[in-house]
Formats: sequence, structure tokens, C-alpha cells
Amino acid sequence: MLSPDEWTALSLSLRVAAVAVLASLPFAVLAAYLLARWRFPGIVVIDGLIHLPLTLPPVVTGYLLLLSFGTQGFAGRFLAEHLGIVFAFRWTGAALAAAVMGFPLMVRAIRLSLEAVDPRLEEAASTLGARPLWVFATVTLPLIGPGIVSGIILAFARAMGEFGATITFVSNIPGETQTLASAIYTYTQMPGADAQALRLTAVAVAVSMVALIASEWLARRGRKRASGA
Amino acid sequence: MTLQVDIRHRQGDFELRLTFESPQGLTALFGQSGSGKTTLVRAIAGLLRPQQARIAVGETVLVDTAAGRFVPTHRRRIGYVFQEPRLFPHLTVRQNLGYGRWFAADRGAAADDARLVEMLDIGPLLTRHPGGLSGGERQRVAIGRALLCAPRLLLMDEPLSQIDATRKAEILPYIERLRDEIKIPIVYVSHALDEVVRLAGHLVCIGDGRLLATGPTAAVLTRTDLPMFARRPDAGAVVAAEVMTHDAHYRLTRLRCAAGDLWVPQLDHAVGSQVNVWVRAQDVTLALQAPQEISALNVLTGTITSIGRADDSTAMVALDCNGLSLLARVTRLSAERLQLRPGLSVHALVKSVSFPLAGNAAA
Repeated sequence: MLSPDEWTALSLSLRVAAVAVLASLPFAVLAAYLLARWRFPGIVVIDGLIHLPLTLPPVVTGYLLLLSFGTQGFAGRFLAEHLGIVFAFRWTGAALAAAVMGFPLMVRAIRLSLEAVDPRLEEAASTLGARPLWVFATVTLPLIGPGIVSGIILAFARAMGEFGATITFVSNIPGETQTLASAIYTYTQMPGADAQALRLTAVAVAVSMVALIASEWLARRGRKRASGA
Repeated sequence: MTLQVDIRHRQGDFELRLTFESPQGLTALFGQSGSGKTTLVRAIAGLLRPQQARIAVGETVLVDTAAGRFVPTHRRRIGYVFQEPRLFPHLTVRQNLGYGRWFAADRGAAADDARLVEMLDIGPLLTRHPGGLSGGERQRVAIGRALLCAPRLLLMDEPLSQIDATRKAEILPYIERLRDEIKIPIVYVSHALDEVVRLAGHLVCIGDGRLLATGPTAAVLTRTDLPMFARRPDAGAVVAAEVMTHDAHYRLTRLRCAAGDLWVPQLDHAVGSQVNVWVRAQDVTLALQAPQEISALNVLTGTITSIGRADDSTAMVALDCNGLSLLARVTRLSAERLQLRPGLSVHALVKSVSFPLAGNAAA
């Protein structure tokens, strides 16, 4: 049904989105907790930085990533030298771009559900002998489950659709950084490739539908569990 | 084990500043809302960091600001039953009950757990989620949860205030059983006189962040110098008595208290059992001479210990009837005419119909 090249683009997209979401999830929970529960001067700045990718043109985000995480960038050089992680023109770079773009959405969803958690339950847990980290793991985390799920879905969807930042940061290399979106873009720029573009478009629609239905189902299940009915 | 509290804590315009000690058994913290009761128990639990305090349970010092000591909540081993049950909605009743035991270093024996579950009558609820329980059931589970982590002290912050009267009457006996069977001090916060009368052996009265009175419940309640009690229309005295006989024909029960026998409308308590009854001050009439040919069945003799002004027109007279404290509300006019004064011997007429059982009386 799909050509090998198209399969490559689809599986790369899924891998990039999955890695982006899973790798950024712990940071998103931490950031959401910080924003929802802590009050300190400078929190507005952190809030703004996290939300920046939502308002900046994706090209700008991509370019900033290139400047900092590229081969000549300070963070890129540091990570390459000390941890052996290279982002420039690799699929990992696509994942980083997707993670940065999806991060604000994930943080927002988790933060909202955190703000809905009754802090009195956490107090009760501490009177029962649970130290703060355990309170978080056994009470807070299960209660924000639905928020985490919807955050994951939103960020995943955003990652699947990422184009501008990715193409600016890691270009459009088939098999390495050419995701579904980049592939469709390439086909639309090629004369006589309308059929391929249309097929990949259908694939994109199908993936999005499956993700949305799955998210709705998970969210409903999570809400039911959290309400204890 | 006793609880010792010495605290000074300022919050905006409000200052909590008091010292008290509560013995074994159930101590009630009594006061109007806004008097600082909840602030106080939160400080005892460690949910609030007081500015200046020394709080100790038995030998264990929980807070000593002078020595820079503050034990965090999760290491205090203080059970806390809140106004609302605060059960974890994502866990079953069984998991809620077991929550504290994950962290308790010295877990109690499984047999004790089973006994507690039975005492609170929550066995049939174990597999359910809190969402499907009634208010009374939830609060019973919350009490069980607080006790199952083997606390050294149990705090109950108006645990019945959000429960309707029927459910309240249902839970009170469970709390009475806990008080009698579990050997840890209980601090019970309330502004409901009936709960205090029924449950507490010791009373700590708080008003506007200060200690107003403390001591055995019966003694504090009959003090005529405490407007917080004297002004209440349901002011009165607790009378501890033993059930002697039931008279099925007249539907009466004869009780024996320190001051003598009392006839009350028939009770369903077994002969020989101990009951606390509530004698309202307005149901007690005073006479200087032994009254004859009257309808009141109960006439006790006693000596006036103190007289206080209750409101503009009435005075509150405290009596000592052979060791039993009793309150009588009389008009200020009568007090003057009879020349009532401390030391005077009087007869107290108690209408037998004026014995609502403490517990459903003064609510």
C-alpha cells in the first residue's frame, strides 16, 4: 500500500513523536508542579520561557535550536563531547524540536489537573506518615493521571504535526529527519507527485483520528478511576 | 501519655496564645468558630509551623522553637480525622485503610486491625471506592485510616460537623467505643455542646485565641463565670448516673447519682449501666425550704457555690449537691428576694421531664 520511502517517513514520524513525548514528560510534570504549587519571584519568566514556542514562529524556534544545539552551539558541543548525544541533522534533533514545540501544551494540561487536585488530600497523606515524595507518587500522581494522558496526547499530536522548527533545525533528510510532514511538503514541491502527497495526507488524517479517539477513551477511563466511582 | 501545648502564633490580626495540658482519654477543644481551634490542632499535627511553641506528647517533643526543633508531619505519628473525610478517591476502602501502614515503622498486629474494622463496622465496605459511600460511612473509614497507622495521639477536628443529625447519632457510639478501648489520648475539636458533654472527660475552652477554662468537663461546664456557657439557652450540667430500675407502668427509669435518685423518662439502657445525663439550668428550680406536695419527682439538696449573671434578667446559680455540680437559672429578682448567696443551703427541684439524654439534647 505504501512505498518503502513512505513507510520510512511514517515510522520516523511516530518514533520522533514518541521519543519527544516520553523524554519530555518528566520535565513537563516537574515544570507543571513548579508553576502550579510554587510561588517565587521569577516564576513569570519561567512561565514565559516554557510557553514561548507556542507564540514564536516555529522557524524562529528551529533557528534558536540550531544556534544552541547545532554542532557549533554551546549546548550541542557540550552534549556531544560529554554524553555523545548529537542533535544536528539527526532524528534525535527532530525529536528535540518536536519536544520543545509540544512542551507548553503538555505542561498546560498537567498544570490544570494539578491545580484541580485537592491539597487537603495531600495533607491527609502526610499525617498518615507519607514523606513529600511519597505523597506525590501515591496521591498526586494518580490523581493527575487524566491530565498527564491528555498532555501526552496533545504533545504527541503537536509532535506529529511539527514542521517549521524541524526543517529549520535538522533539515529534510530522507530516512533521518524527513518526517511525514516534511515528506508531504517535499512531494507537493515535486511535479507529478500529487498521488504520493495525497496518500501521505490520508495517512496523516488516519493517525490523527486514531490518536484522538484513543485519547478520548483514555481520558474517560482516567476520570472514572480518579473520581473513585 | 499526655499532650502538652504551649503556643504563640500570630496570623494577621489573629493571635493564638495559650498553654494547656490534656490527660489520657478524650479532651475536647471547645470554642466558637474562629476561636483558633483548627489552627491549634494543625500546629499539633505539624501542618502549620507556629512562630513560638513547645508541643510534646508524652516524652516526645514535636515542636520546640526555642531549641529549633520541628518534627515534620509525616514523622509525628499523629492520627488526624478532618472535618471532611479526605479519603483518597483513587483507592478502595481497604487501600485507604492500609495507606498509613506502608509508612508505619512498628505495624500493629493484624488482629488489632481486624478488631478496629469490626469496631467501626466497615468490614462490608472494604472493596468499595469512597465515591460510593455515604457521609457517615466515609467518616468512619477516615477514623479507621487515622488509627491504623498506630498513632501516639488522635486529633479529631469537628469530625461530625458536616454530617446530618441521624448519621451523627450513628457515629457517636463508635467514637465512644474508641475512647474507651483505645489507649491513646484523643483531642476532639467541637463547638457542639452535646458532643462535648457526651464524649469528653476533659475540656479545654478557647475564645479568641486564648484559653478561657480547662479542667474536667463537669466542673468547667458548671462554672458561672464563663459567659460562653451561661448565655447559652441550653446551659446545664452533666450528671453521671447509674441505671437502677425501669418502671414499665409509668415508663420511667430511676437513676442514682451522687446527689441521690432521679426519675427520668424511660431509657433503653440496661440496669446497672452508666449514663451521662444533661440537666439544663432552666429546668432546675430553687427553694429554701423542703417543698411538699409538688409534681416534681426529683428534689436534691445542695449548697450554693457561686452565682453569676447569665444575661440581663437571669442569674446562673451553681450548686454542690453532695459532690455533684448542678446549675440553676433563676431570675435576678428571685435571686435577690431569696437572698441567694454562696454557702446557702437550698433544695433543687428538677422536673423529671427535663432529662434529655446528653447526645441528642443540646444540639
